[in-house]
Formats: sequence, C-alpha cells, structure tokens
Amino acid sequence: MKKTGAEIVWEMLEHEGVEVAFGIPGGTIMHTYHPRRGYGVHHVLVRHEQCAAHAADGYARASGKVGVAIATSGPGATNLVTGIATAMMDSSPIVCITGQVSTPVIGTDAFQEVDITGITLPITKHNYLVTDVEELAEVIHEAFYIARSGRPGPVLVDIPKDVQQASTEFVLPDDNIELPGYRPVGQGKADLVARAAQLINQAERPVILAGQGVIMSGAMDALRAFAEKTDTPVALTLLGKGGFPESHPLALALMGMHGEVFANRAIQEADLLLGFGMRFDDRVTGRLNAYAPHARKIHVDMDAAELNKVVKTDVAIHGDLRQVLEQLLPLVFPGDHAAWLAHIEEWRAQSRKRNIINRPENGHLVAAHFIHEIWEATAGQAIVVTDVGQHQMWAAQYYPTDYPRSLITSGGQGTMGFGLPAAIGAQMARPDKEVWVIAGDGGFQMTMHDLATIVQERLPIRIAISNNNYLGMVRQWQEFFYDKNYEATRLLNPDFVKLAEAYGISAWRAKNRRQAREAIAAARACNGPALIDFEIAQEGDEANVYPMVPAGAALHEMIERPAYVGTPQVAVQEV
Amino acid sequence: MRSTLVALVEDKPGVLTRVASLFRRRNYNIESLTVGHTENPGVSRMTIVVDSSRTNVEKVAQNLYKLVNVIKVEDVTEQPNVLRDLALIKVQADGGGTRSEIMQLVDTFRARVVDVALDSLMVEVTGTEDKIDGLVDVLRPYGIVEMVRTGRVAMARGNSGNGHK
Repeated sequence: MKKTGAEIVWEMLEHEGVEVAFGIPGGTIMHTYHPRRGYGVHHVLVRHEQCAAHAADGYARASGKVGVAIATSGPGATNLVTGIATAMMDSSPIVCITGQVSTPVIGTDAFQEVDITGITLPITKHNYLVTDVEELAEVIHEAFYIARSGRPGPVLVDIPKDVQQASTEFVLPDDNIELPGYRPVGQGKADLVARAAQLINQAERPVILAGQGVIMSGAMDALRAFAEKTDTPVALTLLGKGGFPESHPLALALMGMHGEVFANRAIQEADLLLGFGMRFDDRVTGRLNAYAPHARKIHVDMDAAELNKVVKTDVAIHGDLRQVLEQLLPLVFPGDHAAWLAHIEEWRAQSRKRNIINRPENGHLVAAHFIHEIWEATAGQAIVVTDVGQHQMWAAQYYPTDYPRSLITSGGQGTMGFGLPAAIGAQMARPDKEVWVIAGDGGFQMTMHDLATIVQERLPIRIAISNNNYLGMVRQWQEFFYDKNYEATRLLNPDFVKLAEAYGISAWRAKNRRQAREAIAAARACNGPALIDFEIAQEGDEANVYPMVPAGAALHEMIERPAYVGTPQVAVQEV
Repeated sequence: MRSTLVALVEDKPGVLTRVASLFRRRNYNIESLTVGHTENPGVSRMTIVVDSSRTNVEKVAQNLYKLVNVIKVEDVTEQPNVLRDLALIKVQADGGGTRSEIMQLVDTFRARVVDVALDSLMVEVTGTEDKIDGLVDVLRPYGIVEMVRTGRVAMARGNSGNGHK
C-alpha cells in the first residue's frame, strides 16, 4: 500500500512498539504531525525541545524501552542537543526525529536550516539524514535497533520535508538488519572469565563496583546471586543505584566523590575490585594514582573502548554483564569474607554516627531531612527523578532503593534542568508509580516552563524543590576552594508556590521538619501534580554535601560529615 | 613511533567525517589518513597513521569499532606489510647543468619525470616515506616549487590482512 513519508514515520513507530512521543511541531515537521491521529502513538506537547529529549530519556530509563523525541529543523533540532548529549553520556536509548528543509534547498541556508546530523555527530551513537523516502522505513528500523542494542544510546533521524511528503509502497522491513560493522557482544571470552574466577577465588578483601550496566543488561538477579555466593560487598555508582538492593546486608551504598566513607575506605583497602558495567569515571575514582592501591582489578563492560581507558585492569572482559556473570557463577567458590565484612561494618557504624538524619533537630530544615521524609512516606517505592547539584547527591544518599529504574538522574553530563522533563517521561512510562522530582532552585528554573506540560497531560508528578537561594554545589566549592567568594551563585527566586498555583498546581512551603512532613503528606494526598518549596539551610555545614572527596584527592582523603556544627578542619586543595 | 591502522568502512555519505570527528573528539593525533575504494563495491579502505608515542593505538581501534559504519580495523604495524606513499614534486630547473643533475637523482631514486616546463620539472615518486623524504632532501637545494604527498597506504603481505577473514 502506498504511504507518504509522514505516514511511514508513524507506521514504523507503531511497529517499534512506541506508545508515546515527546515533541513540538514546526515548519519542516508539521507534515509528519498531520496524520498522527490515525496511529496509536500518544504525543506529548512539551514547551521546549530540550524537554522533549529529556522526557524521552526519562521514559527510556524508567521503562527500559526506547524513548522518542520529535522536533522541527533549525532551532527545534538544536534545542534537542543538550538532551541528546545527556542521553549519550548515560547510555540512554532514545530516537530523535527531526524535520529538515527539503532536499533541493539543503545547503542553501534556507529558513530554519541547520546541519543537525553534523552537529550531533559526536553526541549520538549514530545518526541519519534520509534523502529518499524508499529508505525511510529501513532507517527508522535500524535507528531503534542501534539505540537499544549493545551499549544503548541516542540515534537521530533527520527527515527533509519533501521526503515526508513523497509517497512509496510501504513494506515493513524484516528483522535482518544489515550492519556489517555493528556486532553487539554477548558472552565474555572463556579464558578471561576463567582467569577472573581464579582471582575472585583467591581474594580476601573483594569489593564489587556496580554500575548502570547491571540495570541495562538485566543482571540484577545474577549480580545478587554472585555477591551472595562469593560473600562480596557491593558498592554502587550513582547510575548503578537500583542495580543491587540497598537494604541488602552486602550493599555498601554510593561510592566516589560524595559516596559514603565506609564504601570508599572499603575500595581503598580492597585486594580485588570487580568493576561491573561501570566506567571508572573521575567522580568515582578520585586521584587515579592513589586509587585502590592494593587491589587487582577485573572489569566487565559491553563497550571495549571502556576497558583499560582510565584504570589499568588485570582482567578486562568485553561482554554483556548478565551473560558474563552467568559464566562466572559456576566457576567461583562459595566465599566467606566475614572478617573483611566485619571490618567494613565498623567503618559503617562510624559513618552512621555522623549521619545528618541522626542529628538532633535545631529548627533548620536540611535537605537530608525532607528527602528522608519522602523516602519514609513512600516506603522507598517511588521513582525519584533528580536534577543536578547538591540535592542530587543528597537524594542518592538519603533515598536508598531496592529497585532498578527507580533513581533517574543525569550522571555523566550533569545536566541541570534534567529533572522535571525526565520525570514527565518517567511518569508516562510508569503511570502505576508515584514519581517525585527532587530539584534545586537553580536547575528547576532551567526547565520549569514544562510545568505546563505536566498540567496539560494531567500527570500526578510531585515536585520537591530543595531551595537554598543559591546555585548550591557551586557555592559549596566557592566556600571550600575560592575563599567563600560567592560570585554569581546567589539566586533571587520567584515565589515557587505562587508560580505553581499559576499553572494550576497545588503547592506548599516547608521551613522545618514538621512542615516538611505535613507538606509531603498533603502532596501525596493530592490527586494531580503537586509542588513543595522546601526552604533549606543556605550556608554552613548543613548546607554542604558531605562526605566529599575534593577534586584531585584520593578516595580515602575524604572530608567527612562534620561531627559537630562548625567549619570542617581539613586541608583542601585548589582544583 | 608510527603505527599503521587499516580500516574497512561502509562506503556511505559522512563516514570520513565520522572518523575525522572521532579523532578530533578523542584528541588523537593523525599523521595521515587516506581513503579509497577496495575490491568490494560498497566498502572503502582507510589507512590511518598515528603517532603511537602520543596516542594509544588500541584505543583508536576500539573507538573506531564504535562507529556503526566501521567494519574491520587492523593494526598492520607489526605484520609483514607493504607501505607506500606517492609524491609529486615540482622542482626549479632553468637550464644549465641542473636539469640533467636532477634527472640523474630521479633515476637513482627510481622516480620519474612526468612533466617538463621551461623552468621546472615535475617528479613522481612512489615508495616508503623514508625514500621519499630522501629524494625531497636532495631536491630541496634546487628549489622545490610545489609538492603533494598522498600519505601512507598499507597492505599486509601474503595470507594475513583484511582481505582474509
């Protein structure tokens, strides 16, 4: 049957199982929007294309399926860029469809023409400019396959207007995708797996470093079986949260720059590190030449280019983590690391004493408090979507989770403004789940226009603003490393409660722990979207994220949580 | 030290840009990059020379593999191989004895004179980069007006290499 390019786009989205797409129409993509109603794909109209990309990303991370964003040419396409880079860095599978000026005028600087395939070349896993309607179905099919397979990532398909208008006989592409250079890896090489098993069986102080690869390869059960059999504690990267239940006795919480002291000490004292689906990011390792000095290192990753990239490993296994763990399981001996674990438990107990939620109340609201209250109120069952900054670290520390895909956050790119739009995607993906945004007052204002989208789509998203009237993380660095010179970090904010109400969103303000508890209960009782402005401590110990490994310091050279109120007495380095 | 990578890539629009973009993005140093057709229609062959003292060659190969259009990458540096560069050199030669002197040098290097003008000669030379460097050095005193070099192309000898799977 003859179809236009526009119709083929929707035919293919349906074929790929797409339920929802996020976007904004415009000159060169409106032809594709025209037939949309005839298809079973819901469209969410966002208020800025950056939010379309983040929402697609949030959808992908919450569901494990491919998220879809649509934009017009020129500024529509360039507005996607931050969202695409964010998805690329965090290996999130999204497909972006952009309109392009008609093929005869490409290259003439036509109205709203931009070379979006050129611009996105280094921030997409792959991209396409479709110049012939005959190729369109196949290209979209390939785009979805590439986005979701191997190490997932964003794929952009740029479709000129005349290609959308042209007609052709539509044939559903078969599943034999011909990509001679693209072969996602499966099992690891047997000799390397055997060598790894040998090191594991000899280890006395092993630590697993679990990254997002655990979640992406569906290796949660395999990881748990492996950790339990070998009696090995599991530390988590930021994006690894949810890959191993944090309530498990072998769980070590977050590692790295703002990780728990006991987790980082365990890594520094370990004699074997098992990097599973993570990439030894600089936020995780601290100063490289002092990283885990006693440990041999085994690294398993889907992406060969990650192996031996920053940390030299003893055994580097290129493979799908779930399959490699299944290969390893029969080869490893049941372990008993009671002495090692007892050691870690001592450190854990010391950390607990300094934990901010165990501090006596002094009338100030601290972010850790309200995040803990949200955790208690939701019994740890919510999907938490964060923005980027201090609150993000506090959310990682104080919202422990037992479930994959329940903490959604921009890790690698650290994109402020990610939280709200990503939550739109997450709530669309999981209408059955309670979704909380935790955002700082700075990042929230980067994409807050999409409150309108939340209302228009009637999404019951709960938004917690961790409001300290500062770009808090930058202010913290200024306090530590720039002589408290708070240059350009002080924020004069709007009244967030009134702002929410202007959008028709119920809103509360909380200035202490009791009010926080009440506001959270009220927000949860509310049928539609809700917003709480948490006015938290602005400066001083309570306004800083601890523990902290200063940039350039080794993991064990952490600034611990202060045991008392006062300035931390630590030697800190300039970055 | 110089390493030579041979990459087979799909002959599709933008592939060269993708490879060049990768080198720029990862801060790899390319000494030369040549692209041409192969015995298979639809497949192009790139010969990439990198300075392996500054760039990790294994990482280059692994990152090239991440490009969807890259089919096969091989480091032929340590294999028995044939490496060739081609140069066209225009040299000043305005009569007197210089013209015959230059032609003798050209013969010695097994190069060829491919164009003669009143005041210059154009020399074509093929060989390893060392050999071409040698010829350039001896021609320089006569005055090199213009020069172009293709950059290295490489192929493994015998039964190894990209053509044999």
